[in-house]
Amino acid sequence: MRDHVAASGTRTARANGPLGKGAQRTFWRDMARSFRRNPAGMVGLILVLVFLVAAAWGEVATPAGTNRTHLASRLRAPSAQHLLGTDGQGRDILNRVLAGAPLALAVGVLSVAGGALIGCTLGLIAGYYQGKVGAVIMRVVDALLAFPTLLLALAIMATLGAGLTNVMIAVGFSTLPRFARMMQAEVLTISGREFVTAARSIGAPVRAILVRHVLPNALSSVLVMATLYVSTAILAEATLDFLGLGPQPPTPSWGSMINDGSSVLQLAPWVVLFPGLAITLTVLGFSLVGDGLRDALDTRLRER
Amino acid sequence: MNQIVARLAQAVLTVFGALTIVFFILHLTPGDPVQIMLGDYATPELISALRQHYGLDRPLPVQYVTFLKNTVTGNFGMSLSQKSDVTVVIRSAMSYTVELAIAAMIVTCVIGIPLGMIAALKRNTAADFAAMVIALLGVATPGFLLALLMIYLLSYRLGWFPVQGAGSGGLGSNLHHLILPAVALGFESSALVARTTRSALLAVLGEDYIRTARAKGLSSRAVVQTHALRPALVPILAVLGLYFGQLLGGAGIAEIVFGRPGLGKLLIDAILVRDYPLSQALIFVFLVAVIGVNFVTDTLYGFADPRLRWS
Repeated sequence: MRDHVAASGTRTARANGPLGKGAQRTFWRDMARSFRRNPAGMVGLILVLVFLVAAAWGEVATPAGTNRTHLASRLRAPSAQHLLGTDGQGRDILNRVLAGAPLALAVGVLSVAGGALIGCTLGLIAGYYQGKVGAVIMRVVDALLAFPTLLLALAIMATLGAGLTNVMIAVGFSTLPRFARMMQAEVLTISGREFVTAARSIGAPVRAILVRHVLPNALSSVLVMATLYVSTAILAEATLDFLGLGPQPPTPSWGSMINDGSSVLQLAPWVVLFPGLAITLTVLGFSLVGDGLRDALDTRLRER
Repeated sequence: MNQIVARLAQAVLTVFGALTIVFFILHLTPGDPVQIMLGDYATPELISALRQHYGLDRPLPVQYVTFLKNTVTGNFGMSLSQKSDVTVVIRSAMSYTVELAIAAMIVTCVIGIPLGMIAALKRNTAADFAAMVIALLGVATPGFLLALLMIYLLSYRLGWFPVQGAGSGGLGSNLHHLILPAVALGFESSALVARTTRSALLAVLGEDYIRTARAKGLSSRAVVQTHALRPALVPILAVLGLYFGQLLGGAGIAEIVFGRPGLGKLLIDAILVRDYPLSQALIFVFLVAVIGVNFVTDTLYGFADPRLRWS
């Protein structure tokens, strides 16, 4: 009961105490306050912000020679001149890691937004209409889920060809069935609850039940999953790049930098380590924010 | 019983649907497999002869029907790139991937479920924090990076494990070669399972009947064992079922990085060189495995949470 009333955001209450006089308590303000109190979530937020700054930096301030080969300074260990060392072609790894950030951001956010939007709509419909419509949607989703993410992405890449936009389409499409499945499971659970039965018994139209009662209660799971899937998308992109299907060289994508480094792993582990660290920290940031959002959105946890 | 039969029928339909998707994705791909196969030696006569030989000159619907017929009878034809019978190629690599998948699943469950339970039951303590840091690092680290770092540290530096290959055939040697790939593959999924276990258990622990159970004086252990764990198992089973597919896809990466033969590596190579007969047959094998596992997990939901038997 609690969440769908609160989540609609239409009912607010004057708060007394810590918020001070006149501040209005809404669901989203409470959530933000709860999120700020979560240290792990805040660490995640900082990591995400650092990543966004790096992406902006990489987009506008990459030095001209970032992708130029300097054979004389091959495989230099990290030093004052090259903070993260140089790769097998003498290129500065720090500059290339920064230049790779906007690519990761574009793939992560755009592909998941597309996958979540279409997937959740399908899941919502399939979960509520459990008859033929639901069965047909879920069988198609199952058929798509039967593909390992990477396999589906690879098959699509084979159709579309290598490149950044195609990686985004492939990654977004491969997250779609997962959103649909999660949403359908959420709807199955929620639509069995008393308040949905109550809404149905007073004759509320299906659309209103889905939008006002079911969706807000499933929202925390969608937000958490979307945040988590931004990281999955960045990982999937890195993997496709690692296999040589991403943007063509010398574009500095993190996955292809690791692929380059794997051949000199024994001599120069930093070539693999630093782009890898960039992936790990970015993914970690989005995961922590996802966790923080989950706790902040769940009023039952918040009350404790 | 009727439900199980109905689910089985649905599973078969799913395999059919997925095969249809596979066929069309692969055949609508721009680029001529024969041209790619022949490379620089391609002459128009040679291309048309080979196209005829493999049936690629026939209309798409005819190829589709032939494809379905051959799949049902297990006649997958000759591999374009390996110049050998597809069934033979797959059989030679199958055992390596089965070994790897089972080992990685064991790693997943052994690390993931206890880690998630500790985190949920000791919420907001140092144990929760440590468990979730491990889980988060597992989720955040790409499998191929973990694999490369383990190779650098444990193989190059310390010399504990072999760098490449799948072993000489003896049990000890095979296991020795299996450990690093299984950990690289399973660690990622164990982190996912740990997160799911934590959130599932936390969600159940917030339910009213748990409060009732506590109120009537049950010990924490009894509350968790009798009331919380079973409903929490449903999402965990779902993730394990879903992850099996991811694991098969990821197996290819582990196989490539560790230089192991296997179905995943074979499939990635087959897709890259557009070896249709081989990739279609491999996808069929993967699909049957994944859909079979999903069928089993779907059936297990009912045992874990009897309320779902009637939903």
